Amino acid sequence: MSDSLYQEIILDHYKHPHGRGLREPFGGEAHHVNPTCGDEITVRVAIDGSTITDVSYDGQGCSISQASASVLHELLTGTTVEDAFAVEKTFTELMQGRGQVEPDEDVLGDGIAFAGVAKYPARVKCALLSWMAFKDATARALTGAGQTSEEETR
Amino acid sequence: MSAPHSPLDVDRVRKDFPILERRLAGDHPLVYLDSANTSQKPTAVLDTLAEHYTRHNANVARAVHQLGEESTAAYEGARDKLAALIKAPSRDEIIFTKNASEALNLVAHTLASGLADDPHYRLGPGDEIVVTQMEHHSNIVPWQLAAKRTGAAFRWFGLTDDGRLDLSTIGELINERTKIVSLVHQSNSLGTVNDVATVVARAREVGALVLLDGSQSVPHQPIDVTALGVDLLAFTGHKMVGPTGIGVLWGRREVLDALPPFLGGGEMIETVDMTGSTFAPIPHKFEAGTPPIAQAIGLGAAVDYLTGVGLDRIHEHELGLTAYALDKLNAVDGVRIIGPNSMESRGGTVSFVVDGVHPHDVGQLLDEQGVAVRVGHHCARPVCVRYGIPATTRASFYLYTTFDEIDALADGLHQVKRFFG
Ligand SMILES: Cc1ncc(COP(=O)(O)O)c(C=O)c1O
Repeated sequence: MSDSLYQEIILDHYKHPHGRGLREPFGGEAHHVNPTCGDEITVRVAIDGSTITDVSYDGQGCSISQASASVLHELLTGTTVEDAFAVEKTFTELMQGRGQVEPDEDVLGDGIAFAGVAKYPARVKCALLSWMAFKDATARALTGAGQTSEEETR
Repeated sequence: MSAPHSPLDVDRVRKDFPILERRLAGDHPLVYLDSANTSQKPTAVLDTLAEHYTRHNANVARAVHQLGEESTAAYEGARDKLAALIKAPSRDEIIFTKNASEALNLVAHTLASGLADDPHYRLGPGDEIVVTQMEHHSNIVPWQLAAKRTGAAFRWFGLTDDGRLDLSTIGELINERTKIVSLVHQSNSLGTVNDVATVVARAREVGALVLLDGSQSVPHQPIDVTALGVDLLAFTGHKMVGPTGIGVLWGRREVLDALPPFLGGGEMIETVDMTGSTFAPIPHKFEAGTPPIAQAIGLGAAVDYLTGVGLDRIHEHELGLTAYALDKLNAVDGVRIIGPNSMESRGGTVSFVVDGVHPHDVGQLLDEQGVAVRVGHHCARPVCVRYGIPATTRASFYLYTTFDEIDALADGLHQVKRFFG
């Protein structure tokens, strides 16, 4: 059952999320909601020099949206901002590839488990929710804006 | 619990709906439990659409040729069928719109336009609009816009914990300042059937108009607009085995006569002069431009189909299904019904949440077993907010739904729980 969408890795991250909970200090924060289904996530990013020292998050929603946030935390904490944006770009391309993009495990790690989600247009938004919030929060951290931004992901 | 007897020969009904034979990925038979979203269409309706385009296609009311006359007769014939369906005193009181949303917007927009001669039909500062917290967004947003445009106040009935209108404040909420009360007959998210008589009685005392959103009731039970006592009724064709692109606004003649036109264009005029225009009598006053001709004729065929089966029998069948579904769902550990958890004043739409599993995941896993339900806030987000949940899973039934399909839903939920357990 559920071969393509609900990979074990996704269920693992959903049931045992990594790095969940909002932490201080942080340089930027963003809150994104998916108005069609009510998923929501808050992401905080802490940056020291050019390194992302922490990505913390909290939210509620379906297994895909919450597991994706856990994977995001794991992949991006400790990397440089530049590398993080490269990973974010690769993940977004995979999600928007309608199942035609071959996932790169070296770049995406556990994120490749989401390859199947790309075939379900209704769920792509769920998988990308935390990544869009991450992008916003990081931009805010870099410009020193800091405060929460409210965004609806459509 | 064993499946109760149904007054319908459901196997025979199902033969009229070819789509129900479809098999989905994994060779699962389709279990369609999303009729509140849109219903499936019987062959009789599909054939009528094809026949119209194949043999009679022409514009209505503006051609002297034979095809034009055939097309016009079929279109106006559909109006007669709709009038008979809801026992409208006059066929002229049936206005074709593109869906229920347009019908609701028509009323909100014309009341807000300030163009009516009679001030009773002009919203302004000091007036009040009353809706309920269980409305479809289509019966909230047009009124919020109308309130914003006119300075009228926008007010609403709250909900009780068991999914019913909280009528305890009705005396204050509907008062001398109330111009219109617009409420849903049967809630699309909770399944609640509202106590229309109590609302109408209070509205009469203060002279307020009552608009009923019958999108989820007209398809499922016999309706008599005079007995209901409302002033206006909106409903939508695609939820009652008809095509998409067609809806209906019924209104008492006096009310429709008093409301100013909505959209301007061909067919809705009496005479047009560069210095001003006068308007056609109802129903054409509200039907600007070429109407959805084939869709209206298709809806007429849908009405024939439903009345042929019998709306009282359809209603009874659905009540049996709903009682069975409530028992089955209540027996699944961790499933909580959102809305009335008894058969008192409710219809065949059941929303629920599954402990610890997001509705998205419930819906997806059910879909993988061929069970089609709706998940989300069902265009009634304030209901979810009221009950402190992000979304629900909703199963909704119709004349072609079987007791086996409800078993399939319950089995599917056991699988969902095992999977996420
Ligand atoms: C209660 C209710 N009102 C209004 C509507 C709007 O119908 P439509 O989308 O056909 O305009 C719906 C359908 O979604 C509904 O269930």
